[in-house]
Amino acid sequence: MQDIDIADLKRISELIYQKYRYDFRNYAMSSFKRRVLRIMEIKRLTVDSLLRKLSDHPPFINEFLDELTVNVTEMFRDPSFWRIMREEIIPSILLNHKQFKIWHAGCSSGEEVLSMSILLKEMGILQDVTIIATDLDAAILDKAKTAIYPAKNMDLNEKNYIRFQGNASLHQYYKVENGNAVFDDELMQNVSFRRHDLVLGEPFNKFDLILCRNVMIYFNQALQNEVLKKFHASLFKYGYLAIGSKESLIWCDYSNRFIVVNTEEKIYKKIKD
Amino acid sequence: MNRYNLNNSYKAVVIGGSAGSFQGVVKILSSLPKNFPVPIIMCLHRLKHVRHGFVEALSLKSVVQVTEPNDKDPIKKGGIYLAPANYHMSVELGHYFALSTEEMVNNSRPAIDITLGTSAYVYKEKLIGILLSGANRDGAIGMRSIKDKKGLTIVQDPKECMIETMPKAALSATTIDHVLRVDQIIELLSELEMHYR
Repeated sequence: MQDIDIADLKRISELIYQKYRYDFRNYAMSSFKRRVLRIMEIKRLTVDSLLRKLSDHPPFINEFLDELTVNVTEMFRDPSFWRIMREEIIPSILLNHKQFKIWHAGCSSGEEVLSMSILLKEMGILQDVTIIATDLDAAILDKAKTAIYPAKNMDLNEKNYIRFQGNASLHQYYKVENGNAVFDDELMQNVSFRRHDLVLGEPFNKFDLILCRNVMIYFNQALQNEVLKKFHASLFKYGYLAIGSKESLIWCDYSNRFIVVNTEEKIYKKIKD
Repeated sequence: MNRYNLNNSYKAVVIGGSAGSFQGVVKILSSLPKNFPVPIIMCLHRLKHVRHGFVEALSLKSVVQVTEPNDKDPIKKGGIYLAPANYHMSVELGHYFALSTEEMVNNSRPAIDITLGTSAYVYKEKLIGILLSGANRDGAIGMRSIKDKKGLTIVQDPKECMIETMPKAALSATTIDHVLRVDQIIELLSELEMHYR
């Protein structure tokens, strides 16, 4: 396998920033390197030919983004997290708000959005919740919108759903057509998908709950710190932020504006503006 | 005592293991000298959906509490670390961990090749890599990266392994400095500790 040094990775991220205004300059180095090497391998490119392609062939940036961003996810990943959502977090939001808003930041192919819709439907409040799901990668958003997944993925999703202890069987929410699991449109009625860049984009709305699980692990600490400020600005006071189970924000500048609500599942609550 | 020709330049030990490695790891961790002078970074194949129990089971007999790091946690001298369930674990320049949820590698997440390969990149010749029993080929490329950077490579003696596939794959992928039984690995780590006194 080829290798690539840090100077070349910097040339690549700098070129992309200057030409296309996507900012990977503060991505975590080891995973960014693996992603770029992976693209070079799939597209059979050397560092020089990759740089040339990025600079001379603008449509290539979309393919590049689609491969660079990590789009591996599951429905009901960490079932214990979803149980806490159902049993503690959502009920506590409902104490004060009959209607509320959720932001899935970095929603990828939409499995978590769908998990949330199913959870809300089983709580009987799907119609009362507005969900906005965003991602950097336009191609993956198009996929997420369809709510269609390969049937072969459903085995894992069903197992997670059973551990989540849902009302019935996950299968009641989809039909299998041509090797795909096609989910009910109803689940997506209150969901709007839009392209949004967490790194360069500004806060665009206020939410009662933000889910951003296993997204910021691809950022370095400086960037995580900046993104947490944006989440802080995007949350109502006493709103919740959920990150991945092995992420941590305790060292961030704004960490004292949050309290930890659940240590295991990494759920935080904004307590100060 | 300098049977293994070691010195005090090493900065980390990284251990990979899969099927049949648990007992060996427990033995190693329970026999470590106190105040072991370098971090031990472990990537062991494990059930993806079971987050709890594994680190507790390893810690029971370990001299030092085993921790599953959070993303960006610093790697400390004497710390014993285990890659958490369903995350790849990389070592970054600057000596901290980075976790990721990328595609499985060798059907595994965490993948041993990723932990070993990134450790080799960061620690170069100052790394000791140990690969134990296992039923697939994960770790072979990682061991090659360690050797390419002039680190020290060790595999568990296939004759002692419950499943020999993993160490054998490493033996055919690169130069392995020592083929050792678990009790000899413990001996080597004790000898290593002596050099730092």
